[in-house]
Amino acid sequence: MPSAVISFKDVSKSFRRPDGRGDFVAMDKLSFEVAKGEIVAVLGKTGCGKSTMFNIVAGLIEPTSGEARVVGHDPFHEFDFFRGKIGIVFQNDRLMPWRSALDNVQLGLQILDRDAREAEETARAWLKRLGLSGHANDYPHALSGGMRQRVSIARAFAVDPEILLCDEPFSSLDEMTARDLRAEFVRLARQNNKTAVFITHQINEAMEIGDRVMVFHRPARIAYEARLAGATTEAERGKVQEEIMRVLAVERAPA
Amino acid sequence: MMNSRTMRVLQAAASMLALAALWQILSSVFPHFLFPPVPEIISRTIEILVTGSLLVDVLLTAGRIFGGLFGAFILGGMLALAIGQSKTAENFIAPVLTFFQGIPALSWVVFAIIWFHGIEFRVLFIMVMTTLPAFTFQILDAFRSMSKDLFEMTMAFRPSRWTLFRFLIVPTIVPGILTAWKVNLGNAARVVVVAELVGATGGVGYELLRQQQLFDMAGAMAWTLQLVLFVLIVQQTINAIEAYALRYRAVSERAM
Repeated sequence: MPSAVISFKDVSKSFRRPDGRGDFVAMDKLSFEVAKGEIVAVLGKTGCGKSTMFNIVAGLIEPTSGEARVVGHDPFHEFDFFRGKIGIVFQNDRLMPWRSALDNVQLGLQILDRDAREAEETARAWLKRLGLSGHANDYPHALSGGMRQRVSIARAFAVDPEILLCDEPFSSLDEMTARDLRAEFVRLARQNNKTAVFITHQINEAMEIGDRVMVFHRPARIAYEARLAGATTEAERGKVQEEIMRVLAVERAPA
Repeated sequence: MMNSRTMRVLQAAASMLALAALWQILSSVFPHFLFPPVPEIISRTIEILVTGSLLVDVLLTAGRIFGGLFGAFILGGMLALAIGQSKTAENFIAPVLTFFQGIPALSWVVFAIIWFHGIEFRVLFIMVMTTLPAFTFQILDAFRSMSKDLFEMTMAFRPSRWTLFRFLIVPTIVPGILTAWKVNLGNAARVVVVAELVGATGGVGYELLRQQQLFDMAGAMAWTLQLVLFVLIVQQTINAIEAYALRYRAVSERAM
């Protein structure tokens, strides 16, 4: 068993521009590791390659060069190895509109061929934990944005994955709802000893959630990294926050 | 306060009654062999429905419509999925289907009579060839409208091809399939009559030909109504299936 659950070594990713004007470099020799049980928050401006990194870890796209490993395996080429090992909470809830909340939570369990009764019980239990017991049979259109995102969190946790990937899951919600869900997410992740990569563009959110914060510059490379688990006092956290703001501002300044 | 459904039914009934009244007026002005009275048409229509030997012709036509549509649906669905997954398949198949779309139904009838002996196979061939392009393109459109977000979300769970088909592709294309059936049903009803008119020895088209030879307008109307009734019943059945299958869709309280 490798010590790092997620490891990137000099990973680069380029995309062909649709207008034929050569390639667009989204990631440039990115290297980092995420240890078991660690929650890493990834911060960066729009278009800095956070989602590209996310999609490589999820096995949805292939790196152009370098080595990306998740639990020691290649997530793109060994796609099926990761059945049930990765849970994803996307920016938008991505609920299937034709499935009720309960059926949406059961989706991953059904794909993994779990026993139907066990799958339903698990899904109901997760809906209950997230305060949605009374909405199990509601279709997504009948739920509020916060409720829908709760269902998508339940869907990700229900398969009991080793790794959780979250791509700005609370960015479209109001601050109160987002704060509640953030707290809920951290509690569940810690309680279940999950390794998580949490992408966000909000400094406060990153600091609230992460054991460690990585700030990306464009094309995806680490411009700053800070371990928050060690920063216990307000002053220490304040310093980290100031540094993050400074690093993000550097990129904003004209070259 | 009358609900909107009752209102719709009453409005539809009123327009049909107006049409019947207009026909009745015409029948009092023109000779009955041109415009037979409405009660006579109704009694002939009922006679067909309650006379076993005549009803068989209606059921034969209905069976041919279903057989043709089902064949075109299965073949069209397979072609649509092949095109949707492979650009090469699209390059080969799409031009042929577009070419087929330009061939009139009557030409397919002539081809079928020249090529084949069996009546049932002739009709099936005509039905499939005339509705295949529409089925394929409609199912393909539905397949291509599949949400990339939902696809990626589902793929994140690493489904097998069959599971992906069952959990994502089928629910995505169901609205397109239902629309394709509704659109093609009307086309199929028109085409089957032409096919039976010139190439069959039974069915509504064949009976229409007989009424024409007997110069029996009431009979022609009664047989035509059988087909109209059949299409209406199937349309309503598809609508009911659609209402059930798409019950998850939000409906605005404000009418357009």
